[in-house]
Amino acid sequence: MSAVASIVPLAFGALRRNRMRSALTSLGVIIGVAALILTVASGEGSKAVLEEQLATLGTNLLIVLPGSSTLGGARGGPGTGKPLTYADLLAIAKGTSAARYAAPLDRTVVQVVLDNENWLTTVYGSTPDFFAIREWTIANGRTFNSAESDSGAKVCVLGLTVATQLFGDGDPLGQLVRVRSMPCEVVGVLASKGQSSQGQDQDDLVVMPWVTFKSRMMSQDRVHVGSILVSAVSPDEVSHAQTQVTGILRQQHRQPDGDLDDFTVRNLADLAATQEKAADAQTGMLRNVSAVSLLVGGIGIMNIMLVSVTERTREIGIRLAIGASENKVLLQFLVEAVVLSAAGGLIGIGVGIGGAVVLASVMGWPFVLTPVWIFVAFGVSMAIGVVFGFYPARKAAQMNPIDALRFE
Amino acid sequence: MDSDPIIRLEGIAKTYRAGEMEVHALVDVNLTIAKGEMVAIMGPSGSGKSTLMNVLGCLDQPTKGSYRFEGREVATLPRRELSALRLSAFGFVFQGFQLIARTSAVDNVALPLVYAEVPADERWLRAKEALGRVGLAGREAHTPAQLSGGQQQRVAIARALVNRPRLILADEPTGALDTRTSVEIVGLLQSLHKTGITIVIVTHETDIAAYAGRRLVVRDGRILSDEQQAPHDAAADLAGTPERAA
Repeated sequence: MSAVASIVPLAFGALRRNRMRSALTSLGVIIGVAALILTVASGEGSKAVLEEQLATLGTNLLIVLPGSSTLGGARGGPGTGKPLTYADLLAIAKGTSAARYAAPLDRTVVQVVLDNENWLTTVYGSTPDFFAIREWTIANGRTFNSAESDSGAKVCVLGLTVATQLFGDGDPLGQLVRVRSMPCEVVGVLASKGQSSQGQDQDDLVVMPWVTFKSRMMSQDRVHVGSILVSAVSPDEVSHAQTQVTGILRQQHRQPDGDLDDFTVRNLADLAATQEKAADAQTGMLRNVSAVSLLVGGIGIMNIMLVSVTERTREIGIRLAIGASENKVLLQFLVEAVVLSAAGGLIGIGVGIGGAVVLASVMGWPFVLTPVWIFVAFGVSMAIGVVFGFYPARKAAQMNPIDALRFE
Repeated sequence: MDSDPIIRLEGIAKTYRAGEMEVHALVDVNLTIAKGEMVAIMGPSGSGKSTLMNVLGCLDQPTKGSYRFEGREVATLPRRELSALRLSAFGFVFQGFQLIARTSAVDNVALPLVYAEVPADERWLRAKEALGRVGLAGREAHTPAQLSGGQQQRVAIARALVNRPRLILADEPTGALDTRTSVEIVGLLQSLHKTGITIVIVTHETDIAAYAGRRLVVRDGRILSDEQQAPHDAAADLAGTPERAA
């Protein structure tokens, strides 16, 4: 029979004799571990929401904006410098192996009218690739096709908000709406994306072919492009695509080496990374707080074990006198501490998961918890038992049996 | 080496430091106890009899001198080997019973077997048997609080003999008991003595010492007298007195 196996029941017996104290001692670890699990789960849950929101922007997305000019020290915003052209778009579409789609994007705010109803919304002019890049899906009808796009057909696709505002419950497909002064056939309605992470209604839009947009909304200018959307073939290729797009545009614009780019390529993955970093920092801070509470829990265990060793001095004296070796007394008290902290850890994991599920449903994010955290939490609580149990256990083991037996 | 005495003390001294003062608990003790003896150690408090008891039981180590237990020098053994020796060769009975509270009689008795790493089922059988030998069959599940003083001391004796010791050391085993119960307890020790276990009792009561075959008197850290005597028979003494209601 191994020494450990023979000592473990003694430890359990001692804990059973002091049920209340055992439970209270574990409480510190329960709270610490529950806090840790709750923090990690809510961090992961809110991150999942963030990622979901970023995904609605279109993953792998690059936005090319025209450069800004500097006039007498005052810098203008995008569009004040050299504009982008449709030729730039074609060059990007042809020359960027890391890009799957490239689409022009121009927009303006316009009143859209149907009979007695009207609605102020943003009208976008683009190509069919736009829907793929921004990962829009069609709820009803279809998108406009390449032929319609190239010929400048008077067709448009409505966002759900616009469709609802103008048609209510009616079917908008095949109906004519007036965009500014142009009558335009509704060929499709987009599926809802809901609010963006900044709180904007992403469904409040009308999309029409870029050629149509430029000729009808923008006084016949078919050369300049407000911005260009590019979608990389995969998330890993985003920065590669960014490099390629930059190179092509510098060539297009005949920029000598050393000059600053006269355009901007924005990478939404960078934006996402920044937001995730901020969220991670917040979660990390909370995690540190719960680590501190675990530490306090561990000190609580040490405190109670020290009290317990003093209170049980005579018992320890008896054990030593009848021939228990120092190691076995040490082992018993160590096992007691580890059992307390490990039990606290298990209960804390349960409480933490329960709390995280409730919090997730209240906050409206998914319950996510990487399983490794459960093992980490359990491992940490075991370690707390060993570390904080060792000193009291050693104190017990090194008692002088005669003095211990006489202890009142 | 069957011819060796179980205990041979030569020139044993024990000095404590109490602050600035040095206390000479034992000065120069020479003592030989043969296998199978039943010895009473007497003396007033402060005489050094408890220290002598602790040295004999390897609970304390002498400052000077030689202690041979069954021919083996144990005065200088490290702590680890002393506890192994206590576990395998000694049984202890203390004045205050020294049972573990809120723990059943059978678990208290089985405790030395736990430390000896005896398997659980054998532990239980031997503990039960030991409780039977001290007349507590059927009380296995009782906790110390549910037992009288005499019964608690019987549990302690069962615990002392469960490991089949060669030597039982009883420190004031009757100090907390009434006269009749005291005689019962000494009778129990006498019956164990008849099975061949060497027994040393420390007591300050002459009545109790009368049940041993040899009486030592300790004073000022020295053995003052050492006499063989015809022991009283506890069983016979008990037969003469009416049994009280429990």
